Amino acid sequence: MPKITINGREIEVPAGVNVLQACEMAGIEIPRFCYHDRLSVAGNCRMCLVEMERAPKPIASCAMPVGEGMVIHTDTPAVQKARNGVMEFLLINHPLDCPICDQGGECDLQDQAMAYGYDRSRFEENKRAVSEKYMGPLIKTIMTRCIQCTRCVRFATEIAGVEDIGMVNRGENAEITTLERAIDSELSGNLVDICPVGALTSAPYAFVARPWELRKTMSVDVMDAVGSNIRVDARGREVLRVLPRLHEDINEEWISDKTRHVRDGLSRQRLDRPYLRIDGKLRPVSWEEALTAVAERLRGLPGERMAAIAGDLCDAESMLALKDFMTGLGSPNLECRQDGSKVGGMGAPRSEYLFNTTIAGIEQADAILLIGTNPRWEAAMVNARIRKRFWQTGLPVGVIGPNVDLTYRTLWLGDGPEALHALARGEGDFAETLRKAKRPMLILGSGVAARPDGQALVALARSIAETFGMAGPDAPEGWNGYNLLNRVASRVGGLDLGFVPGEGGRDLEGILSGAERGEIDLVWLLGADEIDMSRLGEAFVVYQGHHGDAGAHRADIILPGAAYTEKNGTYVNLEGRVQLGRLSVFPPGEAREDWTILRALSEIVGQPLPYDNLGEVRQKLIEANPIFGRLDEVRPAAWEAFGVAGDTVPVPFALPVNNFYMTDPISRASPTMAECTELFVMPKLAMTGTEG
Amino acid sequence: MAFVDRTVRSLFLTELLAGMWLTLRYFFRPKVTLNYPHEKGPLSPRFRGEHALRRYPNGEERCIACKLCEAICPALAITIEAEPRADGSRRTTRYDIDMTKCIYCGYCQEACPVDAIVQGPNFEFATETRAELFYNREKLLDNGDRWEYEIALNIAKDAPYR
Repeated sequence: MPKITINGREIEVPAGVNVLQACEMAGIEIPRFCYHDRLSVAGNCRMCLVEMERAPKPIASCAMPVGEGMVIHTDTPAVQKARNGVMEFLLINHPLDCPICDQGGECDLQDQAMAYGYDRSRFEENKRAVSEKYMGPLIKTIMTRCIQCTRCVRFATEIAGVEDIGMVNRGENAEITTLERAIDSELSGNLVDICPVGALTSAPYAFVARPWELRKTMSVDVMDAVGSNIRVDARGREVLRVLPRLHEDINEEWISDKTRHVRDGLSRQRLDRPYLRIDGKLRPVSWEEALTAVAERLRGLPGERMAAIAGDLCDAESMLALKDFMTGLGSPNLECRQDGSKVGGMGAPRSEYLFNTTIAGIEQADAILLIGTNPRWEAAMVNARIRKRFWQTGLPVGVIGPNVDLTYRTLWLGDGPEALHALARGEGDFAETLRKAKRPMLILGSGVAARPDGQALVALARSIAETFGMAGPDAPEGWNGYNLLNRVASRVGGLDLGFVPGEGGRDLEGILSGAERGEIDLVWLLGADEIDMSRLGEAFVVYQGHHGDAGAHRADIILPGAAYTEKNGTYVNLEGRVQLGRLSVFPPGEAREDWTILRALSEIVGQPLPYDNLGEVRQKLIEANPIFGRLDEVRPAAWEAFGVAGDTVPVPFALPVNNFYMTDPISRASPTMAECTELFVMPKLAMTGTEG
Repeated sequence: MAFVDRTVRSLFLTELLAGMWLTLRYFFRPKVTLNYPHEKGPLSPRFRGEHALRRYPNGEERCIACKLCEAICPALAITIEAEPRADGSRRTTRYDIDMTKCIYCGYCQEACPVDAIVQGPNFEFATETRAELFYNREKLLDNGDRWEYEIALNIAKDAPYR
């Protein structure tokens, strides 16, 4: 631990940090443009100059490692003058178009020019102009504003893993370019965040609002099961943008493009009032009529003739309310696994359905096996973490299943269960790699677990985990390398709550075939849109949700609910981390928070649910599973037996997500996501000839 | 003595005559009242009257939807919504001023980087209904077109002091 003196104060800092970080630890802010904590050091903006004793010139603090006995000054006239000078040079070619720049109000250059700049320009020559570059539908470029910090180049190369951005020419002619190709990365939206000036701005958000007029709500994302921490910015009754919020253990400071840009789907295709199907057509009705109609249907219906399916975006509160409601009516037919997976049934151990290693834990892994999954599309932040680990150590990653580009080097081992069997028998080089690894991990795709032979494959993956010391007795202390990569936000919460078939209850297949055969008279869809609606037969369908998607089309009654930005909800991410989403805007029209709808209906049915406010619902949640009482905490799940060993079907693994940009009712309603689909996904589908 | 003095004054109507004399003097002095609305007093070039949105001489509207006026308005009277126009430039789709909220402080014209929103010399915009005082973009641009000559003149007159 070297000791250094900063502005006359001696502090001890960890070895290997640079002077800029040391100053930050001492509580001194150093202005910077090109330096970013999570990117490699470029040292080209020169804004972070500080004075070091026994050095002839000011040094770039971001590029200078700390040494024993260094004496640093950050507040001398020389430093001030250096910063002024650098700022003046930066502003030479930077246009003074702050009033029309979307970065205005949250711009590093603007802020630092206020602090370090001169108040007028001495530059009388012509400013240079740079032509705009095409970066796809999500990023708007005004390259004249670029100060060549190369953060975007480094982000794309190091974190996103796509080498689409680069710098061409030199000196005054230097410019960032993409060679007129859209940046094909699911993390491209983050380029906008890291750009310290207004050169890269968000295209769908162009000119929409100023940062000072937005109401900021700290929330969590539900577009995938990662539960990225987000900040929802709203004005009036509309969500205008979504930004990442720092959470070191989940999303660091990035979010995926779907998380960021899906917000325009929140104002389209919304269900804003109850509907009732009268003479084959959905007609708007009042809440009273709708709830009475449901109660009418429920009257005298035996519990086993009704069923409830929870969708992908549900919060734990609404699932609890629906579970209590259905249980109260005597129905054991509950299902929260729309993909037909059997993982996490009644009494299953938590380790079966969690991402046990945790996302931050990936950074300790030294070999990874991916089974039938494309983490890039199923959980972009998990893939970013694997990429980070790969960038640090170049760890071996084996892939069984479709061999897709994951932005890091992978070793393809086969495309189906046979490869998995071979690995379990210890055949092949990768088995050797896994055996040698100290902390190996495997990631099982949710699509694999959802196959008809899913339970056998889960058991097989489990045996691989135990054979190679990923989990169980042979694993290092505190290490669990068995991971199920859940894809949807409600899944872990639903399984923790026990929103699964109860004693003698029907699972998804049972419900659907029951409805087809007429054994189920009423199906309650809580935001469930991914099931095969044609199989619901003659059943009376109650759809409670927020978007007019597949479920609403089939529904006999629509009860309008709230989307994730419109309710206070609890979500459990794929690691089993309980997080709170917060209300940012109120639901549109007559839509209501979901658990309150069920509470109101229960009153009419005559079996009131035992809670009247959110606090009481949360109390019941904790009673149902104490996990819900521990926010933002991951408790290691005990390694217990799960999976049913059996025969596997020799069919190659298929990926559950074939379009990253459209996976749920909200993203399907979003024009921005549609544009991305057309640009990024359609050509790939056409290439493989599966566009149908 | 005081009794006599008072009696004589009232008997000879001296106070009345003094008043008449004063009236007579004013009768021959120049008038201070104006025959408003046919006559109007002078206005400072800095007079802050009714708002207007100006245009460039080529007809392009000046406002670039930077929202600085909206931000600075102490009465929260301005509401702006913006989006990219077909040619990609930043323009308002909505520019409302609630004239019943406005306190005529002039901060909006001070904040404007392109001299788009100005407070012109017009102060005669009383209306019969409240709703007519909720100005929208069209009304403000129309004001600008109507008053451009005076506004430009005032800005030119005030320019040496800025």
